[in-house]
Amino acid sequence: MSGSALHLAVELDGDGAHPAAWRRAAHSPDQLLTPRRLAGTATVAENAGFTLVTLDDGPLPPGASPNPVGRIGAVERAAFVAASTTTIGIAPVVAVTYAEPFHVSSQLASLDHISEGRAGWVVAEEDRPEAARTWGRPEVSGPAARARESRDGVRVARALWDSWEDDAVIRSVATSRYLDRERLHYIDFTGESYAVKGPAIVPRPPQGQLVVLGRPDSVPAAQLDVALVTGRDLATVAGAAASAGTPLVLAEVEVALDTPDATGAERVADLERYASWTDHGRLRLTGSAEQLVLLLAELSTVVDGVRLHPLVIDEDLPVLSQRVLPALSDRHLVTRRLPGTSLRTTLGLERPANRFAAAAVQEEAR
Amino acid sequence: MTRTDPLDVPRPDAQLHFGVFFQGVNHWTIWSAPDSGSQIDPASFRRVARTAERGLFDAFFLGEGLRLREVDGRIHDLDVAGRPDAITQLAALAAVTRHIGLVSTSNSTFNEPADLARRLSGLDLLSEGRAGWNVVTTDNAWTGANFRRGGYLDHADRYRRAEEFLTVARALWDGWQDGAIAGSTGAPAWSAPSAVHRVRHQGAQFDVDLAPTLPRSVQGHPVIFQAGDSGEGRDFAARNADVIFSAHGTDFDDALAFAEDIRRRLRAVGRPDDDVRILPGTEIIIGATEAEALEKKRWIRLQQVTPTTALGIAGALWGFDLSDRDADGPLPKEDPVVSENDGSFGSRRIADPRSVVSEWRAKAEAQGWSLREAVIHLGPQRGHVGTPSGLADRFTRFVRNGAVDGFNVTPYLIPDGLDDIVDLLVPELQERGVYRTEYTGTTLREHLGLREPLTRRPASEQRQAG
Repeated sequence: MSGSALHLAVELDGDGAHPAAWRRAAHSPDQLLTPRRLAGTATVAENAGFTLVTLDDGPLPPGASPNPVGRIGAVERAAFVAASTTTIGIAPVVAVTYAEPFHVSSQLASLDHISEGRAGWVVAEEDRPEAARTWGRPEVSGPAARARESRDGVRVARALWDSWEDDAVIRSVATSRYLDRERLHYIDFTGESYAVKGPAIVPRPPQGQLVVLGRPDSVPAAQLDVALVTGRDLATVAGAAASAGTPLVLAEVEVALDTPDATGAERVADLERYASWTDHGRLRLTGSAEQLVLLLAELSTVVDGVRLHPLVIDEDLPVLSQRVLPALSDRHLVTRRLPGTSLRTTLGLERPANRFAAAAVQEEAR
Repeated sequence: MTRTDPLDVPRPDAQLHFGVFFQGVNHWTIWSAPDSGSQIDPASFRRVARTAERGLFDAFFLGEGLRLREVDGRIHDLDVAGRPDAITQLAALAAVTRHIGLVSTSNSTFNEPADLARRLSGLDLLSEGRAGWNVVTTDNAWTGANFRRGGYLDHADRYRRAEEFLTVARALWDGWQDGAIAGSTGAPAWSAPSAVHRVRHQGAQFDVDLAPTLPRSVQGHPVIFQAGDSGEGRDFAARNADVIFSAHGTDFDDALAFAEDIRRRLRAVGRPDDDVRILPGTEIIIGATEAEALEKKRWIRLQQVTPTTALGIAGALWGFDLSDRDADGPLPKEDPVVSENDGSFGSRRIADPRSVVSEWRAKAEAQGWSLREAVIHLGPQRGHVGTPSGLADRFTRFVRNGAVDGFNVTPYLIPDGLDDIVDLLVPELQERGVYRTEYTGTTLREHLGLREPLTRRPASEQRQAG
């Protein structure tokens, strides 16, 4: 079976997927947290033709000494990237294990407005006990409790995005009303551990609902637009994709590519002297651009796209840009983004109807 | 008005600072005019910020609300509403501006210090030292209904929480020594050992034990703004703020009295009395002649206070629904009903409605005003009206006499409401030597001429604890 086109996402946190990636970065370490660096990598990804960039995050330092400990919040980085680019999708990683879903919903809706409909959300979980102290909250311990917080947090965010109908701002000079309050809705969410009233303070996002990505074992499939699936081999990935139950499935792929200066294997070996590359149970390709193209062609028969995790952004992103994406394009294996389209449109996802507006129409029809 | 002798004033070299406050929710922003733009489109925010930057403003401010306003249990539908999360929007503006400060109004009641301090640090780094934080508090359970913590803090506790919040935030901002990050990829470690300090704080409000994730920006800390006007609020500002966003900027004597009160409070806590910038919120209405400016003001007020809005404002004062009355008719004959809780949220309470109403009646009768005209003339008087030259003279007097350090302008029109201020008033101020002709620094702290953050001064300069 010949593959169909793939959606390509790339994770651009820090200097890359390896904890010691900073040692092979093209910039000095103190440039990592600068706006120039952030805009630079996002622009390369956009020009390369990626559909989506994701930005990892968490409230605790991302690495133990001697490796990087500095990280600007993903939502702030995503907003900055949105204003520095024009077509690429942007999805920050945000956990709702402890965060306030009302704030998270507002931040993400704002990102969608800022990017004019290019925003997504990678739902993560915070499983480090120290994180609870950061939030001044009792620990949410165990997979079941964390899944409960993820489920409820996503439900609240999604309900708040619908709490303004698309045309709630009416600016009716005749009646002196700016809003039509009939088109604004309390969400009246009551979960197991908290309640949220609504409505949102941010008008409905341009996409109606942001594209929500997450692991199907932590967020219910019905709450996800895109499942991020892992597996060390193609068969495992295919199995996970088949059972995901989400509109789209992206496979997680870690890459260490051959560069003009060193092979992927040599680069990994160099960094392994300092720290080991954390095993997340994902597909991992250490090798040439051609090998990656072959792997992606195979993957295109079982998933809708991939999220690439480059070993070292400054080394792998140029190879992806100059060798891998052009080769995929030649083989018609990448989807093409069009300027002015939303991330949903690029991914072939429909813009969802507003649940409250739809309910009102049903009510009327009775 | 006579022109002040530039030398015969207490502060002959004082410079005027401008900020712009993109309010988001209020009835002063005219939404009904044909040239009123979107309140949520990113282009509106870019346009206002870039115009302010062209006018060499110090700062661009965003407001915050955490629940839509209600009147009698129903969403208030007359005013502009619906706005972005402030820090998220400002992080985007950091990418498309170069100089202007970016100030977020963020609530210390419904945020946690580790999270908010980190978000503000991120904004400060992405803007290379242009971030500010307008610290606000909330004391009602109505807003809490949108949050996990739910709940309620009484008036005094909300300031205690805010103060402890700031203590924790500052400790987190100071957690990295300057130069903590390695200068090269060959260094033994990404950050120097022991250069990143854990913050351990146990207090009445917060229990934090955390290694901060970010270095300080070039300006040290985000600039702290505060707007509370009560005695408690002023004391809080005197202990903590870099800038006060006051409501005392229309009448010269009132502004001067407020500024002198703040200077007294600063001295009382051991700070230099020029340690805080006072920027009252104001509206500026410009005409080619005084008569034209007054005519424009009349038009603006009628747009801001529509008959429906007038009845809503009067209803809040009288304490019962007046929406079926004639706004262009006389004031209601009934006495106001004073109730503890009328079900209206998100707007200011009136302390003593009976005396306000009797004052309104007397003045309306004397002037022959309708209810709507009374609302227009007797509501909070805000703003300055005049020709560019007359306004420049007046502002020069305000700043050179120490009544204000500048103004936080609330444009009545988005996104073009700053254009005449930047094009007509700023050149007049520059001609008088009271306004910068170029940005001389890169950070918000430098624009405002502020000293180092409070926790970063030599111990001898720091205020005594307590």
